[in-house]
Amino acid sequence: MKAPPFSYLRPGTLSQAIDYIELYGDDARLLAGGQSLLPALNMRLAAPSVLIDINGLSELAGITVNANKLVIGALARHAEVERSALVAQHAPLLALALPHVAHAAIRNRGTFGGSIALADPAAELPACCVALDAELVIAGRRGVRRVRARNFFLGLYETALQAGEILVAAEFSLVKAGERFAFRELARRQGDYAIVGLAARAMVDGNALRDVRIAFFGAEAKPVLAAQAAAVVEGGELTAERIALAQQALEHDLKPQGDVHYSAALRLQLARVLLGRALGDLPQPAAEARL
Amino acid sequence: MSAVQPATELEVRLTVNGEAVVRRVPVRLNLADFLRDTLGLTGTHVGCEHGVCGACTVRCDGAIVRACLMLAVQANGAEIVTIEGAADDGVSGQIVADLQREFHQRNALQCGFCTPAMLLTAAELVTERPQSSREEIRTHISGNYCRCTGYQSIVDAVEAVCRARTSL
Repeated sequence: MKAPPFSYLRPGTLSQAIDYIELYGDDARLLAGGQSLLPALNMRLAAPSVLIDINGLSELAGITVNANKLVIGALARHAEVERSALVAQHAPLLALALPHVAHAAIRNRGTFGGSIALADPAAELPACCVALDAELVIAGRRGVRRVRARNFFLGLYETALQAGEILVAAEFSLVKAGERFAFRELARRQGDYAIVGLAARAMVDGNALRDVRIAFFGAEAKPVLAAQAAAVVEGGELTAERIALAQQALEHDLKPQGDVHYSAALRLQLARVLLGRALGDLPQPAAEARL
Repeated sequence: MSAVQPATELEVRLTVNGEAVVRRVPVRLNLADFLRDTLGLTGTHVGCEHGVCGACTVRCDGAIVRACLMLAVQANGAEIVTIEGAADDGVSGQIVADLQREFHQRNALQCGFCTPAMLLTAAELVTERPQSSREEIRTHISGNYCRCTGYQSIVDAVEAVCRARTSL
């Protein structure tokens, strides 16, 4: 189908964009990459009266390192993040995850901030932000505030963004010596929505893990930190027995949702399998994204 | 160029297949419909209209995009290449021509509905990563549906062009 009628605004500055979102409120939607919004319009799932096209806001563009933080502008396209030498160097987990984000043509257009602000439960990048303990930079009339990723995602397509606010960037601590990452996703076909997946980081010393953070996506309405499973493998040698215990403990962390294709029990089982693989990846010199 | 009043129609200036184009269009018009209905370039096909089938793939500022997931007004200032202009588009033009020949030889199209987009998608891979394996070829074309061939002959054709270019 075709998009319903709407009118269109193209602010030239962040301040002008904030004026518009204050003025039009819930009648307006922000248009960034459009790779989720335009399908929703074309399928008539959404009918905002105004689209505010933020693609011209240079304040939201680019990938930089600033004050020991990797800063990814909300308008950075997925393909730009995927190919960024700065991202590969300072936040390699994102480089592992990006090839799983939709298909090539979508990644050329879709934006990092759009994926975060939409908060699709099956999306990879929100979980990566939680696993990396990223801070999300939000601008509004009263200035800029920062929200930790784990406090940003509130529920199904629900975030800490308030009326009149706009996500401008995500900030990541630079990778430390001994910090390792793993990313695993199960989908019917590369680029499809995840059945379930996880993003993980840990400090690795030999075969021992500490400061383990494991964020699942596609399991519940928002990214879930698997705290109990992480506690099982925290410190000491990572043995097959402890991986098995972590897999068992996952039932206390995850309450997966079932749907017509995959029952809750199957999702939990698949999450356990991916957890085992990801924990095995972590001590490797360069954990690679595999099925 | 900012639009300060909410507009339902806007002028769009862009380059399509090397030619400057200026049109006044409804803002809700997507790029695929603009190319097909306003400019008459019907090689860009419209399948699902929600970004799933890939049939509307075009090149925007050198990168493949879904034309159904861009508004025509968002292409303001952009360089668009459709299948009609792809074979004349510099170095990648030769790649498109090579792909067309291999698709033809290997029967990598039957109804042809997916073919223009499949060629543009494959051309991006051949241009950027001609050393790609069959699996990487499959991954790269995973956003383009073909309901005739079963993909095998398409992968064969893309692989043949990749191998020919890595042995140069």
